[in-house]
Formats: sequence, structure tokens, C-alpha cells
Amino acid sequence: MTDPMIAIHALEKSYGIYKALHAVSLDVAPGEFFSLLGPSGCGKTTLLRSIAGFETPSAGDIRIDGESVIGKAPNQRPTNMVFQNYAIFPHLSVAENVAYGLKRLKLSPSEEKRRVSEALDQVRLGSYGERRAQQLSGGQRQRVALARALVLRPKVLLLDEPLSALDKKLREEMQVELRALQRAVGITFVLVTHDQYEALALSDRIAVMFAGRVAQIATPKEIYQHPQSREVAAFLGGMNFLSGRILNETATSLSVEAGRFGTVAATKPAGFTRTGETTALGIRPERLRILWEPQDTPHQITGTVVDRDYFGETTHLRIRAEGLDEPLSVIETNSFGADDLPRGATVQLAYDPEAFVALAD
Amino acid sequence: MAAASPGREPDQSPLHRTAPAPGGWRTGEAASGLALISPTLLYAAFLLLLPILIVFAYSFWTQDFLTIDHTFTLANYRAALTEPIYLDLLGRSLINALSVSVLAVLMAYPLAYFISFYGGASKNLWLFLITVPCWTSYLLRIMSWKIVLGYNGVLNSGLMRLGLIDKPIETLVYNSNAVIIALLHSWLAFAVLPIFVSLEKLDRSLIEAAHDLGDTAVQRFLRIILPLTLPGVTYAFLIVMIPTVGDYITPKLIGGSDGVMIATAIQAQFGKAANWPLGAALSITTMIAASLLAGLVVLVGRRLVRALA
Repeated sequence: MTDPMIAIHALEKSYGIYKALHAVSLDVAPGEFFSLLGPSGCGKTTLLRSIAGFETPSAGDIRIDGESVIGKAPNQRPTNMVFQNYAIFPHLSVAENVAYGLKRLKLSPSEEKRRVSEALDQVRLGSYGERRAQQLSGGQRQRVALARALVLRPKVLLLDEPLSALDKKLREEMQVELRALQRAVGITFVLVTHDQYEALALSDRIAVMFAGRVAQIATPKEIYQHPQSREVAAFLGGMNFLSGRILNETATSLSVEAGRFGTVAATKPAGFTRTGETTALGIRPERLRILWEPQDTPHQITGTVVDRDYFGETTHLRIRAEGLDEPLSVIETNSFGADDLPRGATVQLAYDPEAFVALAD
Repeated sequence: MAAASPGREPDQSPLHRTAPAPGGWRTGEAASGLALISPTLLYAAFLLLLPILIVFAYSFWTQDFLTIDHTFTLANYRAALTEPIYLDLLGRSLINALSVSVLAVLMAYPLAYFISFYGGASKNLWLFLITVPCWTSYLLRIMSWKIVLGYNGVLNSGLMRLGLIDKPIETLVYNSNAVIIALLHSWLAFAVLPIFVSLEKLDRSLIEAAHDLGDTAVQRFLRIILPLTLPGVTYAFLIVMIPTVGDYITPKLIGGSDGVMIATAIQAQFGKAANWPLGAALSITTMIAASLLAGLVVLVGRRLVRALA
């Protein structure tokens, strides 16, 4: 990795006896789209606000582009923020909102105007300059907030749950746009979100946080496929948890005897330490497939459908398999008739014995 | 007055409606809204609008010893606007009221700001403490100022005790300054509340956004906080200025001859001088002048705030 754009080292934040951040350390590369993902109260917003300068950390260091920003006010930092409610100034027009931070640069009126319209074009609001904030929809307000921050060409753009106030369809559209915008401007983005799909879809890397600590930092694929802990696995989508007896251990994988599933190979997550003879195992619901035709493979188990939820393109099934305490979650696309499976139907489930992950508890 | 005019179907007047009839504006939300405000509306109509209309009518009539000559005339207004004594009193009233209201806003803003931003859990306690002076009788408070500002008063004897002055300052009481001080003290609490409310309503993330976009504390105040709390400031200004123009008791008690305001002249016309039409014309003139001045100040204030931002 080149020199990081943001380097956070052993950052702590306490409110009285409550500790919001516990020794958080992470690096964000220049031009990276980095997400802080976690449930409410996990400290992700506190971390973001510490980078912006709105929270004063109790200990630790934050360096932006090699320079420590500890003790610097938000207006002295090379960061800009998109607030959760967008914080559009209601007494100013869209163009005046975007020009707000430019005033300090004392540009010539024509240069200022050029940069404002350039920024508005960038977020596809070119013709909205004269409008008032009250006349804008949620999506448009968000674009104004983005333009207002980006027009200042910050080294880092901080986004505090920018899409959470939008409805689902608009949110998905804005995700695509946000990603494209980030690629176009090449600025380092740090996004706070509690929506795992948003984080997976947008980010180059994700830091998953729980209770003021970083649980895992990895690429979306890595974090989804190889979560390091049960908590991370459960927060990012569904996961079937099992346990098994460790037969063999190599540098990268474990061979585990997993009851009805037989002997499976589980990926060993980084930092996995064996605590005994057994280990927790996980397999994602979409990694279990219903066999519509009988197949001669040893990697299958028999189960009964106990419940199902219809989601249009997919059906989420709960299937009770012999010898397992908990029903298995299975996600099937509806191309083959999973939406027609009645409760009580007996099905054969096939699995890839390599698709398991070992999980630290 | 509509309600008093004869031959009118009682249920055609919105003020008299109790049960909504089917159809039109008489049903639904409009009718229930009207029903809700009608006690207030009646009160306002009979006790505010009606007296003003009567005063307005009187101002165009003439006092003819014990009777009123109802012939239309502008003579009263001519007197009100040309007699130096009335112009002098009106001018002083406006200047005093303007000084009091501007000072009240300037003093109330920091107070409201402190309570709103730093009051924490004890905001209500702070607001309560601000209203405490109002618990004493208005009259007593003015009399107390006499004791504080008087020749042998608290201030003079205190300053003499400290050796800062040799003999009592005679210009503390019985002049316009004393009136301004006493009125300011009486009305300050009323200016704090509207400013406080507008500060409370201000979305704090707007201030953070301005900070994030590069503003210093002073810039944040001038560009965001002040423009967005201007309605509260305007209201505070009006709520102090309008009543103080016509204040009667304070100038009477501690204004001396130098601090007399227009209300004294108006009172004289309705009392000893027994010239109700002239008193009415003076009242209407004062009302209009005060409204114009208030409107002008509000406009200038808005311009000023926009220029500062």
C-alpha cells in the first residue's frame, strides 16, 4: 500500500465511563472508497465525526495525508462532510449552498460561478441553481450536499449515512451514482452505513465495527465470504451456523468433521486460533442448493421445508434436516420452482464441501 | 359591527355558529377551526378591534364643551402633527422605545444563546429564573429604580463610598435615561423568549456544516445562526417596542419633566383637558408612527443581516 490518506492509530473516545471507541486503528488508501459498517451505537459515526473534527478523541492519533489533525477544528481540516440530514442551508439557494465554502477562497465571481456550475453538473443538478432548499426532493438535497462538499476539492469526503433517508429505489440509484462519482473525482470517500448491502455494493474495503471496536477490515467479497467471527458473519447477510470437530489443520484451511455434512474443508480466517477440538462453522444460505433431479453425489442432505418467505426473484426457505438442531436457511432463485415448494415438502440439499468457513466465537 | 347590525340571521355569522350545517365551508375542518378560535375571535373583536374603531372615529370629530360634534374634520390631526409639544413628545417616545427595544434585543440575544446552547438539562430553570423579576409588581419595580438611581440612591452612595465621585450624580433619575433603564429591565425577559425559541428550532447540523465548510465561529454566527434566527429577533424587537412607545407609568414615575412621553399627553386630553377627539388623534398618530418606525427598523435589520452574511 502506498502512503495512506487517512491513518488512524489507537484512537479512543470516552464519554464519562462509556467508551465509544476502543483502540481503533485503520488505514485508508488515497482514492479508496472505504466504509464503516456496523449496527447503531457501534461507534462508526463517532469515528467519522472524529475524522471530521466534530469529536475530540480521548487518545490516539489521526493523520490525514501524513499530517496529524488532532487539535484541529473542522474548518482547518482537508475533509468535508455530507451530513445524514444533508444540512442544506434553508435560507440560501442551491447555488449559494454550493458556493458557501468557496467564499473563503476569494475567487473571482466568474471563477466561483464556473466551479459552482461544474459541481452542480457533476451531481446532475445543472439547472437547479436558483431553487430553494425547500423545493428539493430528498435525492436532490443529497446531491446538493455532495456538490457543496466536492466543490471544495477536499482530500477526504466523509459521508454519514447519506442514503438512509431515501426510499429503496432511489437509494439503489444513488448507490450507482455515488460509486460513479467517486471514480470520477478520485477523492477518498469514507462512508458510514448500517446497511450491509450498501457497504458491499459501494466499497473498496469495509471495516465492520461492533461496540467501539473494529471486528474486521477487508474487501466486500472477503468480508462476506470469509468473515472472521460469528458476529461479522451474522451482520453481513444470513449464515447457517454449525459446529464440528477439527480433524486436520493447515496454514489456510481446516478439515472438519461436521456431523451430517460429513468431512468438510473450511477456510481458516486470518487470526484464527484454535481453542479446542471443536470449531464453529458457517455456510451461507445461497451455498445450499435444492436438487431438483436426484444426483449421485455424497455431498447432500435430506430435509423438510418448515417455512418459506417469497421475495420475488428469490425464496428464503427454512429447511429442517435430520440430525441438526436448527433449521437451515436456504436462498433459492425462483427459476426452478422454489416458490411453489409447499411446507412439509421433502427436499435434497446439495452443498460444496469447500464452501464452509471456520469462525472464531 | 357586524354582530350588532339588525335583521341579520344569527346563523349566517361565522361567529355565532355552534353546530355545522351540511355542505360548503360550514362543515369539516374549516368549521371546527372556526369554532375553536371563535371565543378568541369574539374577545379580540369586541375588546380590541371595536375600541380601536371607536378611537379612530373620535379622531375625526370635535369636542364641543360637553358634547361631541360629529362633523368630519382633520383639525385634530393637524394639531397632533404641527404642535411642537406633541411632535416633541412623539419623537421622544419613539426614540426611547427604539433605544429600549434595540438594547433589549442586544442584551437578550446572548442570554438566549447561552441558555439554548449551554443550558443543557437546566434550560427550563434558566428560563424560569429570567421570569422571576416579573413576579414583583410592575409599580414596585419602577419605584425600586427610583431608589437605585435617586440622589441619595444605591448607585450614588455606592460610588461615593468607593470614592469614585465626590457628590451625587444628579442626572441619573428623572430623565429619559432613567425611563430607558427601567423599561429595559421590565421588558428584557419578553425579548429573551422569542429569540430562545428560534435558537432552539435551529438545526445544529447546519452550524456543523458551516464549520465543516470552513467557517470560523464568527462567520458561523453571521452567516447561519443570525439569519436563521432573524424571525425571533424581529418578534423580540416588536414585542418590546410596540408597548413601550405608549408606556405611561414609567415616564410618569421616574421620567421627570425631561422624560415625559406621548402617553402623558394622551392621558391629559382624555382627562383634565377633556378633548377626547384630540386624544384619539394623538393615539392614532402614535400607533401609525410606531408601526412605520417598527417596519422600517425590521427592513433595515434584514438588510443589515443580509449584508453581514
